[in-house]
Amino acid sequence: MRNRRKLVACAFLLAGFHIAVLFAGFFAPYGYAAQDRELPFTPPTRVHFMDSQGHFHIRPFIYGWQSDASVSGSLQVDFTRYYPVRFFVQGTPHKVAGLFVSREHLFGVDEPGRIFILGTDAFGRDQFSRFLYGGQVSLLAGLLAAGLSVMFGVLIGAIAGFYGGWIDEGLMRSGELFLALPWLYLLFAVRAAMPLHVSQSQIFLLLVSVMGLIGWARPARLVRGVVLSAKERYFVLAARGFGASDAYLLRRHVLPQASGVALTQITLLIPQYVLAEVTLTFLGLGVSEPMPSWGSLLSSLQQYYVLSTYWWMFLPAVILIPLFLTYYLAADALQEHWKPVSL
Amino acid sequence: MNVRFLIRRFSQAAVLLAAISLFSFALVQVAPGDFFDQVRMNPRVSAQTVEGLRAEYGLDRSFPVRYGLWILSALRGEFGISLAYNAPVGNLLIPRARNTLLLTGTSTVLAWLLAIPIGVWSATNRRKFSRRSSELATSTLLTIPDLLLFLCVLLFAVRSGWFPSGGMHSAENEGHGLSQLKDVAWHLLLPSVALALATLPALVRHVRSAMIEVLESPFILAARSHGIPNFRLLFRFALPVAANPLISLFGFSVATMLSSSLLLEVILSWPGLGPLLVEATLNKDVYVVVGTVMLSAVFLIAGNLLADMLLFAADPRIRVE
Repeated sequence: MRNRRKLVACAFLLAGFHIAVLFAGFFAPYGYAAQDRELPFTPPTRVHFMDSQGHFHIRPFIYGWQSDASVSGSLQVDFTRYYPVRFFVQGTPHKVAGLFVSREHLFGVDEPGRIFILGTDAFGRDQFSRFLYGGQVSLLAGLLAAGLSVMFGVLIGAIAGFYGGWIDEGLMRSGELFLALPWLYLLFAVRAAMPLHVSQSQIFLLLVSVMGLIGWARPARLVRGVVLSAKERYFVLAARGFGASDAYLLRRHVLPQASGVALTQITLLIPQYVLAEVTLTFLGLGVSEPMPSWGSLLSSLQQYYVLSTYWWMFLPAVILIPLFLTYYLAADALQEHWKPVSL
Repeated sequence: MNVRFLIRRFSQAAVLLAAISLFSFALVQVAPGDFFDQVRMNPRVSAQTVEGLRAEYGLDRSFPVRYGLWILSALRGEFGISLAYNAPVGNLLIPRARNTLLLTGTSTVLAWLLAIPIGVWSATNRRKFSRRSSELATSTLLTIPDLLLFLCVLLFAVRSGWFPSGGMHSAENEGHGLSQLKDVAWHLLLPSVALALATLPALVRHVRSAMIEVLESPFILAARSHGIPNFRLLFRFALPVAANPLISLFGFSVATMLSSSLLLEVILSWPGLGPLLVEATLNKDVYVVVGTVMLSAVFLIAGNLLADMLLFAADPRIRVE
């Protein structure tokens, strides 16, 4: 019961996060490429309820920025201009889930005010908006790649476990090949086989297929183990005795028993693949500007002055910790949920 | 018996390595484009020159011929030629592999030295609240991306100025012997601690679960009722029994350690295999990619072999098999 509550809580949290990323255009106040050249490296905007006279406002507000004339490039909070935070405002147009155009945003401030929850980058682009849009690339890559490798894993593991003999031997040996390489090195080897300079969508598909292809070995092993014991269950043997074909047996009786393992593996693999995308993009082998991804949000930290001066550039990576933690907790709960009942 | 076991494991490793070499070689061969794409962009270099260069480095030959030539050069210890450095890959890899080994070796020792006492301690923690909170703490640490951890370490080095923020040698240090050793150790300190921290949570988790399982067994209860002191009970009685899965884990931990090390080496500019591999991948310097990947496989397989041998020595049940 307790475990079930945990599972439901994790599912809700993850659903909320994914919805925020899916509808990034609505939740983000600005577009991912919108620049404010006068506001580079602005720290996260502080949202106030108390004004400088000590009056309390129910509607939160922010102060504007003014550039300091004496020092070029430095910004100061301008306490004379303040902008209330408004909800469900009309702003720059965006596509909702890639389907229809809308101008609706969850929150925003009046022009010329700017609200930057996570600060801005070197071009004055809103990091929060870029984080949400970047999630569309990174999370989707993680989800697709995890789905792909678990699909391969289930297919190969089921065939290996079901047929046994030399098929099993051959498939599992080739799986060892993939397990015998450290995953990042393997990722690079496969990445080296792909063209370097191609369009954004191709790069994205490349990343997904690279990550999906290298990860099948571990799920395949686990699924094979489940299938090995599943095919000896009495009801499976009975079905075989009634003349069921191999394909029917696999589809109807054997694979459903492996669904728990498959689901747990997907949940475990998603954060790993998201991280793989982040790492590859950080190293300059993934998606590139102006398309944001979580890796490219962090790649500006490779410059020493950004790293040592602008702490808010770390925030995208920090937000990943609770996200990954939820995924891992969900995987734990799933594993508990599908634990085989001992007879 | 012992020798037969060793021979079997070594021959398995050799077959695996041969398969990996073929696999990685085939991978980089199917890649569209090659190293000379950049040269081809240059209008002042004629097509004949590029073709000549390609012929000189053997890039125009068929796949089996190139693989055969590569095997021959691998037997000479050259592992093909680096197109970017115009030097045998072997010479390029050896010093860098040494640096990577130095870093990962130090971190492995450090991580295990920390993981065992922490894991044992948290396994003995039987109160529900503190146990749950320590579990939550390790799983939170587990989810910190390596990238974030390494960037924070770099930030610490840059901001505090107490440690070198990259590289392996100081520019001014030309000394030999002891002073050079001290200099390298000084540069090694921060990267190895960072790498150990990155692998620590997973190790602690495994040590803890292995220990909890052992501590629930009847012989521990018997030993405890004989009045054996707690410390001796944990480290002399329980830990050796729990060692079996941990030794296998050691083999696996080499893999994650190498992957994390690649990223760390790039971020902290440690002159290991990582930066070389990134650069070679971007340049399409194919033989360097193959060589580096091969070498990483060698390390991993060696780690697993070592784990197998340790297991063989530690667990009599393996020997009967």
